[in-house]
Amino acid sequence: MAAPPRHATMLSISNGGTAQGTDRPQTQQAHQQVQTQSQSPGLRVPSNRKTIYDRHLNRSRNAELSRASFAFIFGEMVTYAQRRVTGIQDLEKRLNEQGYPLGLRLLDLLFYRSTSTSTSALTSSSSTSSSPPNRPLRIITLLHLIHGPLWRLLFGRAADALEHSVSPDTPNEYMITDNDPMVNTYISAPRDMSMLNCAAYVAGIIEGVCDGCGFETKVSAHNQPTDLWPSRTVFLVRFGSAVMEREKVLERAGVK
Amino acid sequence: MAAASKATSFNSSTAHLGLNNHFRLKMSYYFTILSPTDTPLFNIAFGTSKGGGDGIARFRFPETAQYMNQFIIHSSLDILEEAQWTNGGMYLKHIDTYPPAAAYITAFLTPSGARFLLLHQPPHLPSSTSTGSGLGSSSLLGSAGSTTRASSSSIAANPTSPQTEEAVRQFMNEVYESYVKTAMNPFYRQGMEIKSPVFRSRVTAAGKKWL
Repeated sequence: MAAPPRHATMLSISNGGTAQGTDRPQTQQAHQQVQTQSQSPGLRVPSNRKTIYDRHLNRSRNAELSRASFAFIFGEMVTYAQRRVTGIQDLEKRLNEQGYPLGLRLLDLLFYRSTSTSTSALTSSSSTSSSPPNRPLRIITLLHLIHGPLWRLLFGRAADALEHSVSPDTPNEYMITDNDPMVNTYISAPRDMSMLNCAAYVAGIIEGVCDGCGFETKVSAHNQPTDLWPSRTVFLVRFGSAVMEREKVLERAGVK
Repeated sequence: MAAASKATSFNSSTAHLGLNNHFRLKMSYYFTILSPTDTPLFNIAFGTSKGGGDGIARFRFPETAQYMNQFIIHSSLDILEEAQWTNGGMYLKHIDTYPPAAAYITAFLTPSGARFLLLHQPPHLPSSTSTGSGLGSSSLLGSAGSTTRASSSSIAANPTSPQTEEAVRQFMNEVYESYVKTAMNPFYRQGMEIKSPVFRSRVTAAGKKWL
């Protein structure tokens, strides 16, 4: 029980010490114990020695998060983002920015999980089932990654549609459709904010994934209700001009 | 715990192997993680631990190694960014060589764009020392000669051999696992320097295990 305060004092003493990598214990205060000296400064190591590096990253089967707690925390996030915003666009921008770093992380996690386990979610969608999945180099591969594996990682199912803009003016626009986004299940926007779609958070995640892969993108979420699916949402993915140029070069080079 | 006990055992073996290190083929390594915007996130220098190596880096030009290693690694980034769009794998293998320092660069690219770059440098050119090292170890090692294994020299001798590439792949994958764990930390944002001593010890352990 006395361990946590000791760690705290150890931190304040040894913070002025040298940088990381000092594995030989320095002769410091005489009353410091061997156990605390062997630790490197600047990091609080849990007393049971279980750091984040000791835990495994694979999700055990059926270890799923409660939907109620997710709905609660997401509701809090929306409330938080709504403080001091100027309008709906501003609010959606904030939600987008909250999702962006999550997208960057998920990308690494997704690839880690699909390399470490042989029966991966990634291989089921791709035509060739090579054991280490490839980084997406082309737009279509990237969108399939989002539509399939990423959606399954987040929501337990694939997205409902993936379309390319038919207009010749906007060849850089792609649409990912989710008939019933989980983030909007317990959200009903007031009448004067009917344009708002809180799935802007998911749009931010998509943006983070695309950016992480090196595809500069703007992603926005739009309400497109149908009679059957009242909360149907379309994620509009707009790639930057540099991405489209590179896409042409890669197509000529025959990279897939 | 395990790393610490290993370190002490290596230190004790250094005492009588130190003399022979010049005659044996021990690779020196310099490993860097760069963010997608080329910011250095993590650096470490270490040497071969296989076959009785002490795990200490001995670069050819020790007085300039500290900045030359970084220079050589960063100068390979152009080649990496070209290879990035032709090879979809995460492990890009040996991508660049810098002949004046006999430095070989091997690259690994995470999906989110962080680059793992490993510089390896044999102490002498492999062709000129392959005979010399054999003679040196047989005549000078004496009792410690039993630690020299044929398998270890094959990894150390040729930086572009399939065995080396496989060993580096294992090393990179192990570092990647630790990197993902770092990235999943909510207090870590992409592009931040990795300061965790636990991460450093993990990388050191991976280096000892595979290189």
